[in-house]
Amino acid sequence: MSVRRAAVIGGNRIPFARSNGPYARASNQDMLTATIDGLVARFGLQDERLGEVVVGAVLKHSRDFNLTREAVLGSKLSPDTPAYDVQQACGTGLETVIVVANKIALGQLESGVAGGVDTTSDAPIAIHEDLRAVLLEARRATSIGGRLKALSGVRPRQLVPAVPSNSEPRTGMSMGEHQAVTTLEWGISRAAQDELAVASHHNLAAAYERGFFDDLVTPFLGLTRDQNLRPDSSLDKLAELTTVFGRGESATMTAGNSTPLSDGAATVLLASDEWAAEHRLPVLAHVVDAETSAVDYVHGDRKADGLLMAPVYALPRLLARNKLSLGDFDCYEIHEAFASTVLATLAAWADGAFCRQHLGLTGALGSIERTKLNVNGSSLAAGHPFAATGGRIVAGLAKQLCQNGGGRGLISICAAGGQGVAAILEA
Amino acid sequence: MNDRYLGLVNTQIGSALASRVGLPRPAVLRRYQAGAPLLAGPVLLGSISGTAPPALAGLLAGAGADTRTTDAGDVAWAGLVLDATEVSAPDQLAGARTFLAGPLRRLMPCGRVLVLARPADGTDVTVDASRQALDGIVRSLAKELQRGATANLLLIEQGASLESGVRFFLSGKSAYIDGQSLRLGAGPAPPPTDWNRPLAGKTALVTGAARGIGAAIAGVLARDGARVVLADLPQAGEALVKVANRIGATTLHLDVAAPDAPERLLTYLAAHTDGLDVLIHNAGITRDKLLVNMAAEQWDSVLAVNLISQLRINAALLGGEQLRAQARVVCLSSTTGLAGNRGQTNYGATKAGVIGLVRSAAREFTAHADSTINAVAPGFIDTEMTARMPMATREVARRLSSLQQAGLPVDVAEAVGWLSSSGAGGVNGQVLRVCGQNLVGA
Repeated sequence: MSVRRAAVIGGNRIPFARSNGPYARASNQDMLTATIDGLVARFGLQDERLGEVVVGAVLKHSRDFNLTREAVLGSKLSPDTPAYDVQQACGTGLETVIVVANKIALGQLESGVAGGVDTTSDAPIAIHEDLRAVLLEARRATSIGGRLKALSGVRPRQLVPAVPSNSEPRTGMSMGEHQAVTTLEWGISRAAQDELAVASHHNLAAAYERGFFDDLVTPFLGLTRDQNLRPDSSLDKLAELTTVFGRGESATMTAGNSTPLSDGAATVLLASDEWAAEHRLPVLAHVVDAETSAVDYVHGDRKADGLLMAPVYALPRLLARNKLSLGDFDCYEIHEAFASTVLATLAAWADGAFCRQHLGLTGALGSIERTKLNVNGSSLAAGHPFAATGGRIVAGLAKQLCQNGGGRGLISICAAGGQGVAAILEA
Repeated sequence: MNDRYLGLVNTQIGSALASRVGLPRPAVLRRYQAGAPLLAGPVLLGSISGTAPPALAGLLAGAGADTRTTDAGDVAWAGLVLDATEVSAPDQLAGARTFLAGPLRRLMPCGRVLVLARPADGTDVTVDASRQALDGIVRSLAKELQRGATANLLLIEQGASLESGVRFFLSGKSAYIDGQSLRLGAGPAPPPTDWNRPLAGKTALVTGAARGIGAAIAGVLARDGARVVLADLPQAGEALVKVANRIGATTLHLDVAAPDAPERLLTYLAAHTDGLDVLIHNAGITRDKLLVNMAAEQWDSVLAVNLISQLRINAALLGGEQLRAQARVVCLSSTTGLAGNRGQTNYGATKAGVIGLVRSAAREFTAHADSTINAVAPGFIDTEMTARMPMATREVARRLSSLQQAGLPVDVAEAVGWLSSSGAGGVNGQVLRVCGQNLVGA
């Protein structure tokens, strides 16, 4: 069996909105269906049977057990298009790209859509865990007496609903609190974080201004650009913000250098070169390879095994397998969960002692030219609807590489649970 | 926007009432439906000298029309076609009266009167005067016709192909074209393989396609078999997707007024198509103000979108590789461009400018492998834009035409669709009004 490289044809996403903003009443299915329909319209895929649509959401209602398939059925794609959900926290979007690309590489698919969607506004609020136990117990009872006895266990405090939060189940710490530890351990300064955040806003704004997103984004519910974008963001403005994660004098993380809770969806169209040619669709780039990783953030080293440090470990393995070094890329897309995540990741790769001790290398992995980093902005400016970020990055990077007339791009995304996903695109 | 009055006046009570008090009685127009016959009844064919021309009879019969050459005196006619190409002296014009007067009394609702003539060509004063006289006959007759019937004049140059034009003007596709004359030249006008899908195999691009007339044009082009690319501003993307997925088209976010728009368009066409057969310059904006109150920005933006973009994109296409042979370009003008409109000096400039553009560019497009460029000038058309007018103003404006009603976006779209077809190759550098013979602007 021969293996081929899957082609990235393009993408479509809706502008990302801040939580409880313009998409407050839109469900994951609403956003995903609109995003798929925009992709269908852009590439003329009406009534087309695609190989598979693979999408995920991090925050999901239990009724959305077949979210992607339902969205496909509500879209203009052929109802004969199979679909399923994938979930790997913030790595979801990139993971779906890898899944679809691998199936195309193996010849199991000719075409497919990958992507992600998330809403923090229309979140799945659940009933109190104790109340759930009581209700299930009552259901299991066989007599009326037994049922009443079970229901007598209901207590007023159980009526408080369980609202999903982005805290880690095993530590009880929020993602921001985890990252505050990492930030401190790696000595990432407030100024460096704010500088990265300003660059993200300015790069995203400039990309909008030059029409870069004209064939990547379709407005939704009246929103035409990412709501979080502040084109006039500056170091002075960011310096005024109070810190929100970390404690006391050493706290450096603010709402300005952390991603806000957001709503949105993103999709990527992948295919074999043959399918693309048959459909008269130009290829932007190819998916070369991918690698996932995880760290023991629960028991591990405070500095080396931070919650969002896993991509640091994925990359050396990915580079070695492809006989590449860190400098061999024209564009780097490092997901800005927090400005300090990106900076800690870069610091780790540049740290010879760390790389020898933890990555099994003979010296530092290397450093990158900052002018090649997140050139069209990233999550700090655009927002970060968890599962949608991977699709946003893949489509944007593929287009940028194509516009450059070729080149190689690297993607690194950190995810809850101490996980990381990395991938290489080439045009 | 529903025309409530039109609905009311077409009920039994409403019709009687309107007739009694002398209110306008607009008819529900006969519009094209796929598979419907060309005409709802028989067509009477005659000529200025009395004998019906056999070629024309064959053409009509070939189009499926029940064609007759004598008026039995009790037949209700769906169409009257008069060949007046022989007219060379004023006394022959009486032949028009002889042919039309009797059967006109039995013209069916939404009937068609179509007169074929030669254009005045400056070689003989008597001939030219007589030919021009037909224009006056048709325009006046169009104002006399009732119940949605129309009269139009086709000016036929030597060697022109008649078939496509005659079919269009008899069909429901020309429902809102009335009292107009259009010149058919000798340019190549190959008939389509399938008259129901005249644009099969063609690639078309419509600017400003997210709503209104642009969306209707896109729908007609897709219905006629074209692969349609819908262009509009990125901000209109949400509406554009809905149009594209309804008609089966692809979307292109493009600001036609952007400096790099022509280049981006060519790049897109090169990557996604095998070249462009049909381009519809529909994108347009209004920034109405009296000239004394108009800001520079209001002036400049209207000029940039409505006129300058067309000039630049046309130049790029003619200079590039993406415009195919026998291409068709249709530019949206407006009756404002012909008659002017208070508060629209900027808009009027662009819409008149477009007329100058097509007249001047016609030769250049002919040189591009027999391509054509024409303008369509809509009159009062019911769109989201007119829905925002004050009710009284809108009601009055709707009645100010021979058909006593506003047109629909599809009426404009049908005219554009016909001019985009191969069979309309004889029409070049022309302006076709779709205005129900609006009283404004001749």
